[in-house]
Amino acid sequence: MIVAERKSIPELVDILKDHKRILVLGCGTCVTVCLAGGEREVSIISSALRIAAQVKGLDFKIEELTIERQCDNVFIEQAAEAIERNDAVLSLGCGAGVQAIAERYASKPVYAGLDTAFLGVLEERGVWAEKCAACGSCVLHEYGGICPVTRCAKHMLNGPCSGSREDRCEVRPDRPCAWQLIYQRLKGIGQLDRLKKMESAKNWSSSLNGGSRVIIREDHRI
Amino acid sequence: MSLSNAEPIIIAFCCHYCAYAAADLAGSMRLQYPPNLRIIRTPCTGRLEVEYFLKAFENGADGVLVAGCEEGGCHFKEGNLIAKRRVNYTRELLAEIGLEKERLRMVNIGATDARPFAEIIQDMVETIREMGPSPLKRNNLLIQQEMRS
Repeated sequence: MIVAERKSIPELVDILKDHKRILVLGCGTCVTVCLAGGEREVSIISSALRIAAQVKGLDFKIEELTIERQCDNVFIEQAAEAIERNDAVLSLGCGAGVQAIAERYASKPVYAGLDTAFLGVLEERGVWAEKCAACGSCVLHEYGGICPVTRCAKHMLNGPCSGSREDRCEVRPDRPCAWQLIYQRLKGIGQLDRLKKMESAKNWSSSLNGGSRVIIREDHRI
Repeated sequence: MSLSNAEPIIIAFCCHYCAYAAADLAGSMRLQYPPNLRIIRTPCTGRLEVEYFLKAFENGADGVLVAGCEEGGCHFKEGNLIAKRRVNYTRELLAEIGLEKERLRMVNIGATDARPFAEIIQDMVETIREMGPSPLKRNNLLIQQEMRS
């Protein structure tokens, strides 16, 4: 899922200070699961903004709404009336959601209420960890299902770097060394011989380096 | 009502199994504590959400007290520990918002702690009184004063 974090209240107040009627729009998919932009967070952030506005002498009239998915036109339509009757939208969707709303409403200011962080999973209650960099050319089959591009701080395809302490990454000692995990995993599934193969340099053109990416499926187009 | 003599209003979320019983016992024992409290009985403080605290402030509370069981003695094992984390999160959020985080406080009280309950309420009311009315209430009172003058 896409993992995000809310921006600080002072930052949000600063972004919104020139507007009066504001729609705080939540998204019911990824950001709900990572507790950043679902119905509950819409309620919390709206309350916080209302209180902050009163403390600072601003006049915010805040409406709250959460739709199923902000990155999908079918669901964006459900917010059409609310978007129309407000001066601005504070989207609590991921970066894709914010842009989907903004593209659809050309004359309406749409602001991001969250910082979209990464693609990850819930590791334990209250802890989300990055697992995928969406590089566009997956190599997971070579590494026992553990991504060195994302989880190795040095993105090494031919690791390890020898800098790890115990089984911890030397760059982020609070995180495990990805190459330690790869070794253990490959050993566990009997594929250690994969490590004898030297990987050539990664072609990053399928990632952001090749420009904004688009996938076209002619068989699904109308 | 002027700003100087506005009595603070404190919303107290009291756990049914401990703090509410202590408040009840304080009443039975005829212990005096300031009447600024509005008690809301909750089945467990672990049921309380961040929104509840914010809504209380939004609706004009000067302070919010969360009173749960003693640590290790929660009727539902760890509801009070969940509440503690939520209260701490909300206190940080209040600081971000621009409200004093001391306006939200969590305490742990046993069912027989009638006297400590009364003392805690006394202390909380004094703390809030020293801080003055919540800025939200202050703004509303100023508006009312302006409208009267």
